[in-house]
Amino acid sequence: MDAPTNAIESAATRDAAPVRHNVLLSLRVNGEEAEAYVAPYKTLLEVLREDFAHTGTKHGCELGECGACAVLLDGQPVLSCLTLALECEGRAVETIEGLARGTELHPLQVAFADHGGSQCGYCTPGVIMTAKGLLDAEPNPSRERIKEALSGNLCRCTGYQQIVESVEAAARVMREEKRGAKP
Amino acid sequence: MNAPEKPRQKARFDTIGKARRRVDGRAKAIGQQRFADDLVLPRMLHAKLLRSPHPHATVESVDVSRAQAHRGVHLVLTGAEFPVPYGIMPVSQDEYPLARERVRLVGDPVAAVIAVDEQTATEALRLIEVKYRLLPTIASPEEGLAHPEPRIHDYGEQGNIHRNQAYEFGDVEEALARSDHVFEDLFFYEGNTHLPMEQQASLASIEGDGKLLLQTSTQNPHYLHRQLARVLQLPAAHIRVIATANGGGFGGKCDPGNHEFVVSKAALMLGRPVKICLTREEVFYQHRGRHPVLMKFRTGVTKDGRLTAIHLQTLLDGGAYGSHGPASTFYTGVLTPVTYELPRFKFEACRVFTNKPACGPKRGHGTPQPRFGQEVQLDKIAHTLGLDPAEMRLRMVTKPDSLTASWLRIGSNGLAECIEKAVEMSGWKTRRGKLGPGRGLGLACSAYMCGAGVSIYWNKLPHSAVQLLLDRSGQVTVYCGATEIGQGSDDVLAALTAEALGIDPVNVRVVTGDTGITPIDLGSYSSRVTIMMGNAALQAASRVRDLLAAAAAEALETLPDRVVFSQDRVFAGEDSGKSMTFVEAIAAAEGKFGTIASVGSYAPPKPPGRYKGAGVGPSPAYTFSACVVETEVDPVTGWITVPKIWIAHDIGRALNPVLARGQVIGSVYMGLGEALMEEQAFRRLPPKLSGALVHRNPSMLDYKSLTSLDMPEVEVALIEDPDPNCPYGAKEAGQGPLLPVMPALANAIHDAVGVRIDEVPITPDKVLAALAKKAKGEAPRVGPERFPAVPYPEPTFVLPPWEGGDGNELKGRKAA
Repeated sequence: MDAPTNAIESAATRDAAPVRHNVLLSLRVNGEEAEAYVAPYKTLLEVLREDFAHTGTKHGCELGECGACAVLLDGQPVLSCLTLALECEGRAVETIEGLARGTELHPLQVAFADHGGSQCGYCTPGVIMTAKGLLDAEPNPSRERIKEALSGNLCRCTGYQQIVESVEAAARVMREEKRGAKP
Repeated sequence: MNAPEKPRQKARFDTIGKARRRVDGRAKAIGQQRFADDLVLPRMLHAKLLRSPHPHATVESVDVSRAQAHRGVHLVLTGAEFPVPYGIMPVSQDEYPLARERVRLVGDPVAAVIAVDEQTATEALRLIEVKYRLLPTIASPEEGLAHPEPRIHDYGEQGNIHRNQAYEFGDVEEALARSDHVFEDLFFYEGNTHLPMEQQASLASIEGDGKLLLQTSTQNPHYLHRQLARVLQLPAAHIRVIATANGGGFGGKCDPGNHEFVVSKAALMLGRPVKICLTREEVFYQHRGRHPVLMKFRTGVTKDGRLTAIHLQTLLDGGAYGSHGPASTFYTGVLTPVTYELPRFKFEACRVFTNKPACGPKRGHGTPQPRFGQEVQLDKIAHTLGLDPAEMRLRMVTKPDSLTASWLRIGSNGLAECIEKAVEMSGWKTRRGKLGPGRGLGLACSAYMCGAGVSIYWNKLPHSAVQLLLDRSGQVTVYCGATEIGQGSDDVLAALTAEALGIDPVNVRVVTGDTGITPIDLGSYSSRVTIMMGNAALQAASRVRDLLAAAAAEALETLPDRVVFSQDRVFAGEDSGKSMTFVEAIAAAEGKFGTIASVGSYAPPKPPGRYKGAGVGPSPAYTFSACVVETEVDPVTGWITVPKIWIAHDIGRALNPVLARGQVIGSVYMGLGEALMEEQAFRRLPPKLSGALVHRNPSMLDYKSLTSLDMPEVEVALIEDPDPNCPYGAKEAGQGPLLPVMPALANAIHDAVGVRIDEVPITPDKVLAALAKKAKGEAPRVGPERFPAVPYPEPTFVLPPWEGGDGNELKGRKAA
């Protein structure tokens, strides 16, 4: 924090508030084309929440420390608070809002609701998206592997155990669904 | 009002005890749960706070002219706009929304900018010129005791002592003198913070009728409502506070926050919605977390390990404001006698102001610190006397329906069963001492309250109230001021209402935490919600059930008291062939009595202690826990690994086992984090950089907490022995299970490598230091070495119940 007494402002910043020019950003959010003129300094997190009204993605630090803002960018988990929105031009972003098919919840969402994976629910969107990234790549991860994949997502309520159990339960359901779909 | 409702007996429960999806589970899993910062209103402005960079200074002047002129700025506020102080307790009205003359910590807000967006507001903060005159700082309670000047506050006991108190229940020196052994130990518990995942956020707006609406992340909308009325000088009825879903609380959102007053005032002045969301760094300054506490235990025991007396002294680092401090000071002692039979008890406590973020209530409020000391000391006693620590504890657990030396009434008590269960699950008897070098098991216990027996402000009114409204469409709406902070209180309300009315909880609409709509509940603190809200809900439910039963009985040709409510139907007693749907029963009752609604309320029983100060500690019921921690210690690095934790918790009855287990595991997690790494620590900058006292780690990266990889498997046993004071017998689960974890870990480390770490957090460097001492033949211990001379007052002397006392203070102490 700057010491206000020491903060000597340059004439430029004092007298002329910067006029900020917004920039056109186009990307896919949960499979839909999304386009907006956004402030160029904004992170993907800010654009999702403020410009696209996707408030399902949360923030806990905006410094890349907590994982609450995790989303999938071209299928890979990223921290949206550390991703400049303009770097996402033309790319595909997947958020918690895009997981359900209509009113039918994704197996991860069902499992988190049913198995105590979510208490206050604030870390939940980031955890679920990170878990989805894992299960899409590894349908049958070990318990250790799940813990490793989620180790960047802080949760203060659950002690992680019911989160891990939820991911395991969802993985089972997803594998069964896949087997059912094959023949 | 005191007698809890006795639900009419059904052969079995429909809802209670079954694993169910919580009522808000779906919204949380799909990203639809709306937290305060998710709210957006048309024409909304954004606020940012200018915070002091100095830990202690007088504010000589604040020049906001340049900020006011900055493009996009709508308003700049300073302390001049806020003449009235506030504080969560009537005796700690010592904070201003924006500093008026003095800043007392790095982070104290001095001014606020309200602008079109956060970016503009942040720019304008840098245009505010504040002249400070620096004052010497107090960094610790020891410094505060040694330096009565400058006083951080012009109130308190004396100098920088905020609270200072002493109680003695029976002649403790006499009891210690005739004890076979007296153990004297010092312990230190470092401060730590709640670190809720959600940063505090608030949105103030003016509703169509011209009244203020504040939607905010708070655990205590009712207390905030009262404080807003006071600070803003408005009738309370013209203010509505909605507690939005909290992204974690843990006590950190109990105090009113500066930012809540600032956005409210700004909205009132501008007539536009104003939002603020604290940054993570600001959340560390708002704090109100675990007090750092230095403790001295002098404990007398017989040669077979029974307690004769405890003399406990505590010294609390309060930080810069009163906050919940008067209560926290009591809580560093009052629950000490609840676990084991203790004939006599003396408790002295002192809270000192320091130039750091104010400490307050964190999960366990004041009790984890002395519980750590007490349970580690018991382990030392057991080892010295050659006793099994579990057996020694089992022989002296408090009895159900008993009084403590300090006149707390203990109702149901499952501690013995908890110890037995934890011992059994962990293989304590067969595995302890046989795990090989560097590995060990440690055991500890605790007790906690199910709701504070006395409100934060003195009154004789209900602590919780519930309103229930039914209509012919089948809608059952239950209203309560209780606040969901993630613990599942909305689910508890739905489940209890549903059980009492024999309907599916999904058919109950829950409306909570809204002072404009819901009847008053004091808030989510002291593990009070399940018990107090629950008893109020059962009273309300029994009243509408009586109306429905009277109407249904006519249609079913039976007597009202034979009507049974179950599975969304209403049955004619034993004749299951004669029934109607619940919706038909509502319609029948509505036809007979008019609109069907009821209220219920609850106030805790009057505590038996009658001495001044007897109001802190009593509770309608107490929970008990026993925990065994397994640990592996690397003797080369001091690294501590915890492979597994077993915990048994006496919950009375688990209303929803999924949630109850989650509360217990979450408590263990938070306790283990405190035991191993969490610390809210401070340092002085070098003199050439002003010597200021600054937070060492105000970020989530530097403030260490356990990740999924660090967290061991936790095996939970819920001990169910329904408590007659509690709704369907259900006691708390959100705080109690945290408390035994820290001492169990310390005891496990001793079992593993034979060293005592008498302070929290227990870090590898401390283990290594203790191992080095052990290798040199010195006492293998790391912990505080001295306890300063604290000018505790003469104790209030009260005779324990078994020495002929009546619960009153005995003036002219020990004269008898």
